[in-house]
Amino acid sequence: MGFFKKTKQTETNQKRKENYFTASQGQLIRARFKSNRTAMVAGWVLTTMILIGLFAPFLSPYAPSMAGRDKQYENGPPQIPQFWDENGFSFRPFIYGTNRERSIKTNFRWVISIDRDERYYVQFFVEGWQYSFIDINWDLPGKIFDVDLKTLTFKTHLFGTDRGGIHLFGTDNSGKDIYSRTLHAIYTSLAVGSMGVFIAFVLALLIGGIAGYFGGWIDSVLQMITDAIRTVPPIPLFMALAAFMPDEWSAETRFFFIATILGLIGWPTLARRIRTHLLSERSQEYVLAAELCGASSGHIIRKHLLPSFTSYIIVDLMITFPYMVRSETALSFIGLGLVDPVNSLGALMQNVSKADVLLNYQWYFIPVIFFIAFVLAFVFVGDGLRDASDPYSHVKK
Amino acid sequence: MTEKPLISINKLNVEFPLGRTLFGKPPMLSAVNDVSLDIMPGQFYGLVGESGSGKTTLGKAILRAVHISSGEITFDDSDVNYDVGSLAKKELKNYRKLAQLIFQDPYAALSPRMTVRDIIAEPLEVMGLTKTREETDERVRDIAEKCRLNLEHLRRFPHAFSGGQRQRISIARTLVCNPKFVVADESVAALDVSIQADILNLLQSLQDQLGLTFLFISHDLSVVAHICDHVAVMYLGTLVESAPTRKLFDNPSHPYTKALLSAIPSLDPDDRGKAQKLEGEIPSPANPPPGCKFHTRCPMAEDRCRKEVPQWRELSKDHYAACHLV
Amino acid sequence: MSLLKVKNLNLQFRTDEGLITAVENVSFEINAGEVLGLVGESGSGKSVTAKSLMQLNPSNSVYSPESSIKLELESGGVDVLSLKNPRELVVVRGGAISMIFQEPMASFAPAITIGAQMVEQLMIHTSMTKKESAALSVEMLERVGISDAGMRFHQYAFELSGGMRQRAMIAMALSTKPKVLIADEPTTALDVTIQAQVLDLMKDLVKEFGMAILFITHDLGVIAQVADRVAVMYLGSIVESGPVREVLQSPSHPYTKGLLNALPKLDALDEPLTPIPGDIPSPLERPPGCVFHTRCPEVLAEKCDSSVPQRTNVGQDHSVSCFAVDSTGKAA
Repeated sequence: MGFFKKTKQTETNQKRKENYFTASQGQLIRARFKSNRTAMVAGWVLTTMILIGLFAPFLSPYAPSMAGRDKQYENGPPQIPQFWDENGFSFRPFIYGTNRERSIKTNFRWVISIDRDERYYVQFFVEGWQYSFIDINWDLPGKIFDVDLKTLTFKTHLFGTDRGGIHLFGTDNSGKDIYSRTLHAIYTSLAVGSMGVFIAFVLALLIGGIAGYFGGWIDSVLQMITDAIRTVPPIPLFMALAAFMPDEWSAETRFFFIATILGLIGWPTLARRIRTHLLSERSQEYVLAAELCGASSGHIIRKHLLPSFTSYIIVDLMITFPYMVRSETALSFIGLGLVDPVNSLGALMQNVSKADVLLNYQWYFIPVIFFIAFVLAFVFVGDGLRDASDPYSHVKK
Repeated sequence: MTEKPLISINKLNVEFPLGRTLFGKPPMLSAVNDVSLDIMPGQFYGLVGESGSGKTTLGKAILRAVHISSGEITFDDSDVNYDVGSLAKKELKNYRKLAQLIFQDPYAALSPRMTVRDIIAEPLEVMGLTKTREETDERVRDIAEKCRLNLEHLRRFPHAFSGGQRQRISIARTLVCNPKFVVADESVAALDVSIQADILNLLQSLQDQLGLTFLFISHDLSVVAHICDHVAVMYLGTLVESAPTRKLFDNPSHPYTKALLSAIPSLDPDDRGKAQKLEGEIPSPANPPPGCKFHTRCPMAEDRCRKEVPQWRELSKDHYAACHLV
Repeated sequence: MSLLKVKNLNLQFRTDEGLITAVENVSFEINAGEVLGLVGESGSGKSVTAKSLMQLNPSNSVYSPESSIKLELESGGVDVLSLKNPRELVVVRGGAISMIFQEPMASFAPAITIGAQMVEQLMIHTSMTKKESAALSVEMLERVGISDAGMRFHQYAFELSGGMRQRAMIAMALSTKPKVLIADEPTTALDVTIQAQVLDLMKDLVKEFGMAILFITHDLGVIAQVADRVAVMYLGSIVESGPVREVLQSPSHPYTKGLLNALPKLDALDEPLTPIPGDIPSPLERPPGCVFHTRCPEVLAEKCDSSVPQRTNVGQDHSVSCFAVDSTGKAA
């Protein structure tokens, strides 16, 4: 009996070993990433947030703009659905009805009071405001660039109430639902970040790639240019460019402009990394072996440099993304980027800095938590990827 | 019996610039200095030297992997006659099919992202030697078998293999395009002793099977003694002695060769104290001594050695040396 | 007089793939004034054994409870494996035991002068003042044959050649007058003419200082020239040990025999090279029973793959772990 057990064990062991031997670099990286608990958790958080951002309209009961504001519930505290209170249990979650009043007692401020006997039941898959997944209405300078496309229009939202309003994160001073705004803000940050990273990446790939591949004086010249751009202090540059932005520009134009600026400021760091990777890969012995066979530059780039490159680049992109998001948020926070009424995490946080808010309306801070989680998730995933793609150095004699 | 040498090197000089200067020529390091030798077809030619001897640079120069500063290298087999230093692009491509290199470090020479089959097939694909995938596969299998690689292992990646196996993969890749001339640069230095013998035997059997000519570069004299039929010794970029193996080891003439041989630790514990010791350090190749480069450490150095560069003379049949005192 | 006694040293590493055995049941003794050679190829565990003597192995190393490393000092015996914190370990690390490594460039800090590093070592282990330490260091540099020692004292590691760096490292290691010097492949990275010089130096120093050397290498020729006794290791176990003359000239263990046969010998140029068949198994796939049985030409079926052979004496102080050998040293 023991003999059979042993062979079964050695069989699975053999299989495991064979899988290890035939695992490509990509598969090994994936396996190592999966064994890193922090990175996996961060990965899930990141995926969830990206999905939230992409499906923001579906998940928000109210439109995040002035059109969706709740005039009855300005500066209202968060309403958490409950299943149970002193009036009994309910399968359907509910929130309390609210009344608002102001009097001399409250210094003539509108104060929301909760009526515990009124229940507003939460409905799922309700019909609400209309949204489109593809709603491109770009009003860019010049008539030819204008795009107007509207498809995938729906009206369904995940949840809502039949009467009154449900505001999970409360509302701001004009009644806009903070929860909805936060979700849409995640989308905006994703969009701006992606565009910025894309622009930076294309530039960095071109310049860093040429510098790294050819070396010599081309490298020296390109390095000088890269370093020169890198020494420009970004914040004054941003401020100058933002001040230059005319007020007539639509939100979309501003959006593109900001994203482009982020890309143009961010490419030198990425370019330097790409150049370093290329230089070290080029001097690898197996590249030399290919050259000695008479391989063309195209072949070497395709078969040797690019594959080794891809894992580094993914890591670099992952690490650059949070910088883009932070830069945009910082800009919007000081009023130079995307401002109210556009939904951006920075714009949301702009309202936070007033003393009034700190004392009375603390729920304005909730988007901050999202922002921190978002950036941290990117950072941890990037770190995890970088650790996982570290080439095998312990195999050496 | 007068065969033509396969590789004929005549007064070869290879220099490297030391650092960069904005104007004018930077100081040059002479890695290979006035070297002339002939390698006959079918020979297992050994090239021995310590660090700074220029042996690796010489091997690379023959393969046109470094720039030749002056002198000639001629490749002459029954089909083509190339002046390696001045090959046109198309001829260079053809030369690459005929002359190849086995790398030293089996861990660095194989791309970790390619399967063994792809690594071995790469030269075929780059040089366009096969037309269909089946043809490539067949040639890969053929050479893998000759190098005693398990055909099942072709699907695996380099990280699955030990040093000795990787070296065999490296050799298979070098030989898959059927070269005539192979430079083996310290090909067994990174391997364990028990594996070394295996690879050396493999190289010898491949030479018999495929009719190859080897230039075997090594710092290990005992290995060279066993496998090579002719040995040349280099010191600081110059050839000091060259002879058929047996002759060199039975009757070394140059003082450096003698010292080198006696420095090899003998397996007989009773041999202690009999070795001839060389004093002093190896000079830096950037700053070689004048006259005979070995005079700073030579036990027999005379005044003449400090001033005059010794001539490369034939002492007996096929036995050359560069020394004033022999 | 036994300076260092290693008994039943068992060391495993905790890794993602499980517990990997690096050293199994290793026992040896080193006496004062003696050079013990530890020979083995990659994976033999020789470096790991040496590092155990100073507890330099990484934190995922697991020593079995019966492992013991005892160091005899003037102040009494010290059990190295029982020392816990760095303060206690100072006595073995650089004090009573010194170590020199294969890559002298990697062992010297590149941004500090050689002299500063030597003085730092002396000040940690002795009660000398900075001035006294400097004077002793220059003296040691001269002793190891470095000319112009006073100038070299103020130079950086990259300004010295390979041979000189190795000598400087020997000087640094010996300046604290250790009882045991561990030399881990000290000449492997050196040219053969320089290697000869360094080996001579080490032999002279043994005579002068009366210390013991644990000389680790894969080069049997170096062992023949330097060692008094030799222990042959394979995949973490000692397979044969004894006086160097006996082991090299009448080897008993099939691995030792195979190793000697695989070496190219200058006095037997016409004999073919006979490698040991197969490959060294990876530590993840440690063979059961006798670790060498997968490649052994004298393997006994049923016996060698199931039980581990014990040490048997085959001569004066010469022992072998092999089933195929009986006490007369002949094949069973």
